[in-house]
Amino acid sequence: MRATIVAAAGVLALASIPLWMGDPYLLHVLIMAGIFIIAAMSLNLLLGYAGQLSLGHVAFFGVGAYASALFSLGFRVQVFPGVVLAVEAKPVWLAMLAGMLAAGLCGWFIGRIAFKVRGAYFVIVSISFAEVARLVALNWVELTQGPMALNNIPALSIAGFAFLKKPSVYWLVLGCSVACFILIARIVHSRAGRAMVALAENEPLATSVGIDVTRYLVLATVVSATMAGAAGVLYAHYVRIVDPDVFLFIYTVTMSIMVITGGKGTLAGPIVGGVIFGLMPEGLRALAIRPETQWIVYGVLMVLVVYFLPQGIVPALKGLRLRRSAT
Amino acid sequence: MEQLLQHGLNALMLGGTYALLGIGLTLIFGIMRVVNFTHGELYAFGAYMMYGLVMKAGVNFFAALGLAIVLGVLLGALLELVLLSRLRAADIDTTMLVMIGAWIALQNAEQLAWTGVAVSINNPFPAAPLVLGPVSVAWNRVFVFGMALLLIVATYKVINGTKLGRAMRATFQDRDTAALMGVQIGAVHTATFALGSGLAAAAGALLGPVFVAYPSMGDLAAAKAFAVVILGGLGSIPGATLGGFILALVEELGAGYISSGYRDAMGFLLIIVILLFRPTGLFARKERIG
Repeated sequence: MRATIVAAAGVLALASIPLWMGDPYLLHVLIMAGIFIIAAMSLNLLLGYAGQLSLGHVAFFGVGAYASALFSLGFRVQVFPGVVLAVEAKPVWLAMLAGMLAAGLCGWFIGRIAFKVRGAYFVIVSISFAEVARLVALNWVELTQGPMALNNIPALSIAGFAFLKKPSVYWLVLGCSVACFILIARIVHSRAGRAMVALAENEPLATSVGIDVTRYLVLATVVSATMAGAAGVLYAHYVRIVDPDVFLFIYTVTMSIMVITGGKGTLAGPIVGGVIFGLMPEGLRALAIRPETQWIVYGVLMVLVVYFLPQGIVPALKGLRLRRSAT
Repeated sequence: MEQLLQHGLNALMLGGTYALLGIGLTLIFGIMRVVNFTHGELYAFGAYMMYGLVMKAGVNFFAALGLAIVLGVLLGALLELVLLSRLRAADIDTTMLVMIGAWIALQNAEQLAWTGVAVSINNPFPAAPLVLGPVSVAWNRVFVFGMALLLIVATYKVINGTKLGRAMRATFQDRDTAALMGVQIGAVHTATFALGSGLAAAAGALLGPVFVAYPSMGDLAAAKAFAVVILGGLGSIPGATLGGFILALVEELGAGYISSGYRDAMGFLLIIVILLFRPTGLFARKERIG
């Protein structure tokens, strides 16, 4: 109960930010951090709870972004010679749902593969999937405009209210983050969540007590992919331009680093990690160091976190509190 | 038909370097159980060492090639000692994350050191191609192919004919028993990683002068190495050798007959298809779970 009140107060405090902080650039940084936190939370479901290291996670993000952008702009494409698929421009909210659905479908596909291949193999399959998606986005110019990118993507508007101004987008992203957090919390504390954790901890034991591996892995990837797709959808209609770079591996790395630093398999972990790594690039930029150096710092930090905080920040803090209350 | 022959010849020339990359990666995975994400960076390192030595320092091309490989071996040994030696008991995901961190740091260090502009490296071979009846091939590619074959044979010799090779094979079969028999597992790990890294650097040093060198060149090379290794089955050296040639052939044919834009996608598609239909790879016997 106390935790709920603290969380509600925290959300209210976050919601008040645009009211007293006028700097649009900082607000932009917060919006992007929020979008990445949603993606990191979705990765956490797969990585932290179901125990699948999905290093192609950015594919779901990118598929969501592209699908939603395409449906909101409308497209015409020749699938086979003589067969033309034409879609009229759809309202943005409908396109957003389509984007999430497309990402979820990809998640279903990847989930089925995960049943066949695990560990190192799954990692490589997921990376390959993301790379194929990037190369398709780059080369299928007729559909995606290739490197010229999809431009002029409309912003979300519901009942005549357009989410064009930064504060409104900020609140939208905050609302979506809270919704995703609650959804993940409910899944994790349900039977399905316990089944996923059981699978991650000891698969033979879990199957021997009757947990259906395929079912729960597919469920985890579909939910996770849909959520990552939602983050991509928010991105597409906020930035309003989507290019093949949304599939870059470095974004998957950013998401993973957020989850692992914060603490995989904890609800608060991706948020803590997301705040740190979402804001850190801006901090480093303020120090006026070059982007390469920034990424070197990222890489070195990743190594150091694995060495010194293998469980992440949130579990380490919890351990500290437990120790203090014991004395 | 002539076109097909030409594609086949191109694939053969390219396949040698792919095999080199694949063997390095499969050795490291088979013996150390480490998914080596820095493999591509060692490839880029090899190419940039060639650039630095030949173009900046004016070293002889062939001497530079040898030096680049030796430096690759040293960098590999250093990485193993600094990053991996303390993670020998860690699970595969943990080491994978460390290697990803190292990959990002290395790649950006390369960009910092050499800037992001692609550079080309001169080679001492005649520009006129070697014409063989209906097909032709550039001399520098023939050299690359010959060197790759030489290095592959040398690797086989090391693994099957030396004491170190025997220790490596023993570790691969059963690490605990090997340790009980007096094999220095730590030293085997360092040597394996150094050898694998040296092969990657060699591939980069050979292909750098054929194409151009740029900081993120390692990414594609690593992806191709993974494709080769999965084709052959993780840990299988003959599999990786053959896998290298198969991947080169698929790429050549894909680029020639489907679309050259998807050339680099072929490897990834191959990975997905193989894992779906023949998850143990073409030549391996092991299970793909765990």
